[in-house]
Amino acid sequence: MRRSWLALLLVAALVAVGCGRGDDDGGGDPGISDEEIKIGGSYPFSGPASAYRSIAEGAKAYFDLVNAEGGVDGRKIKFITLDDAYEPPKAVENARRLIEQEQVFALFNTLGTPNNVAIWDYVNEQKVPHLYVATGASLWGANVEAHPWTIGWQPDYVSEAKAYADYLDKENPDAKVAVLYQNDAFGKDLLGGFEKAIKGTDIEIVADESYEVTDPTVASQMAKLADSDADTFLNITTPKFGAQAIAAAHKLGWDVLHIVNNVSASKLLVLEPAGLDASQGLISTAYYKDPASGQWDDDPAMREYKSAMRKYSRANPDDPFCIFGWGAAQTLVEALNGMEEPTREALMDSVRHMDIRVPILLPGIRVKTSGTEDGYPIEATQIQRFEGENWKLVGDVIQAPHN
Amino acid sequence: MSDRTLRMVGLGALVAFALLVPFLFGPYRVGQFTLVLAYAVAALGLNLLVGYNGQISLGHGAFFAIGAYTAALLIEKAGVHYLLTLPAAGALTFVLGYLFGVPALRLRGLYLALVTLGLAIATPQLIKRFDTITEGTQGMTVEQPESPSWLPFADDQFLYLLALLVAVIMFALAWSLMRSQVGRAVKAVRDGEIPASTLGINLASTKTRVFALSAGYAGVAGAMYVLAIGFVAPEAFTVTISLAFLAAIVVGGLATIVGAVFGALFIEFVPVYASDVNDALTGVIYGGVLILFMYLLPDGAAGLLRRLRDLVVRRRAVEKGRRPAVASPGPRVPAGRT
Repeated sequence: MRRSWLALLLVAALVAVGCGRGDDDGGGDPGISDEEIKIGGSYPFSGPASAYRSIAEGAKAYFDLVNAEGGVDGRKIKFITLDDAYEPPKAVENARRLIEQEQVFALFNTLGTPNNVAIWDYVNEQKVPHLYVATGASLWGANVEAHPWTIGWQPDYVSEAKAYADYLDKENPDAKVAVLYQNDAFGKDLLGGFEKAIKGTDIEIVADESYEVTDPTVASQMAKLADSDADTFLNITTPKFGAQAIAAAHKLGWDVLHIVNNVSASKLLVLEPAGLDASQGLISTAYYKDPASGQWDDDPAMREYKSAMRKYSRANPDDPFCIFGWGAAQTLVEALNGMEEPTREALMDSVRHMDIRVPILLPGIRVKTSGTEDGYPIEATQIQRFEGENWKLVGDVIQAPHN
Repeated sequence: MSDRTLRMVGLGALVAFALLVPFLFGPYRVGQFTLVLAYAVAALGLNLLVGYNGQISLGHGAFFAIGAYTAALLIEKAGVHYLLTLPAAGALTFVLGYLFGVPALRLRGLYLALVTLGLAIATPQLIKRFDTITEGTQGMTVEQPESPSWLPFADDQFLYLLALLVAVIMFALAWSLMRSQVGRAVKAVRDGEIPASTLGINLASTKTRVFALSAGYAGVAGAMYVLAIGFVAPEAFTVTISLAFLAAIVVGGLATIVGAVFGALFIEFVPVYASDVNDALTGVIYGGVLILFMYLLPDGAAGLLRRLRDLVVRRRAVEKGRRPAVASPGPRVPAGRT
């Protein structure tokens, strides 16, 4: 009996050794071979921010298109995505899993300011490219030397807030503003940017309310804000809460100038649930072409995007988050094409020295980086107003470089 | 082979496997096992309270969180060595558990469950409320222990072995405590408070001390968690984790020491596999597996092991002609030599 136990243990040990610790197979960076490049992403497929899952869908569709046309230098892109439910601890777990277990070449488009803040120290320590994070926090470009492997993509919240401050200064220089903001790094970044931008003007913030992303509703905050003497409402929210705020403002009869931040400007995911009649006159910013607006129907880039979405994805092509993911994916593929060697360092080099036009961005907006001097790929934006059934662009593209 | 030898061999196999883990698996998997050890210590603490003492707590995540944040703050803001954070976290949560245990004496069953549930729900909110200290929602990165240069281990291996050492100490402590007179008193209180008090057991003192001890275990586990993950945020300590610990002890086997290990393995790995099946349905699948487990193994995994052990022992005894195939209510036959 004792012998058979020993035998069992031995067999188990042999089997387990087969799982092995798997040392690197020498030379070359992980995640890239002659046949494929592994890219990892962490998105909120479930949870309060699951509206953003369409970003992953748009990116996947672009990678499928590229793979169908032969890939990047013959290498197919394998996009591995994991769910983090917009929770920082899960994002940490996913980052570790993607880097240590899946051995991806680079992290791409991980979503959420708090999630990326949670992982960027670790990812930089591991020297893994942390590219085109799906958040507009100004952090990502502020100190390239401290976190050289991390870079954002969209115009950051501080630039966006400045655009709103400039618009208000023209439209209503004595504006009294009520603010609703998400109580995390994202909300505070935008609010901070706005507060900084209105210094020295006659605009003042007369009321502010915050909410947690884990709260079920913002009804009580909206009631308090509507009760203030503000004539402008600055809505700094993620889609679920953006829709609630827009609907609440309409229901309360609070008919003030309503500025909603770009991440909650989706007609499909925010305005339609809130009610299009509640959304008339909303102001926001835009930097990419809106697939739901008829104005780009004849645009070749829009056509390519829509036909690929219909072919490779079940997501709705009119969802602006899909085209956002598509645009970021295009930027990644351009960066991969610009790599001089198949290494992570070469990829970062290509990422940090870029000056390209991504076709789904608004005309006049380029993706430009310049080493440590310019860590913000997109620094231009344009005001848009919701009229009738769609967003209409207002004025000109505002270039807002940081330096 | 006797029941005792079988148990020793089983335990030996478990310990051998546990020692081999860091050398058989890659860093990510080893990290997961380190977390399993942390959860096992928390589950053990909860089992002392629920399984051995018959009280209930749906809020052990709160003590776990306090242990985690204590360790995180000591390391990041006070520069304390990580080894010291383990006893510090344990001591603090022991005291808090004692303080909580005193008013909890007045409550029983459903009422105690509700109060502890309230504690669990309040925890992430309290952490966010004190965001000047705790860094609130965005959480805090915590520097993780590095393998000392005089040891031939990689960082993840060292961390795992350290956690294993802590877990073994905690398990040994619980085991010896429950086998002692103290343990008998604890179990007696669970089995009947009135008979226990007539035997001279001080109910109040026993119950509060067990509450304190189990909270202390959760606190140490929280510190182990921080060292394993290197990051704390309020969202890691919602009601979910309190309920997960409860699931762990039920799945593992109430009032067993080894059950905590199985329970911890369950709550760490089943959600991972569930999300591999389908991202968006993780919770549903996990719940389904849990229900299935409860239906098939009401005694938990430890109960299953006990039944297997009984089968083997009885069959051996039958083969040697010592015991009839059907258990008869006769005097216990000594196991004898195998």
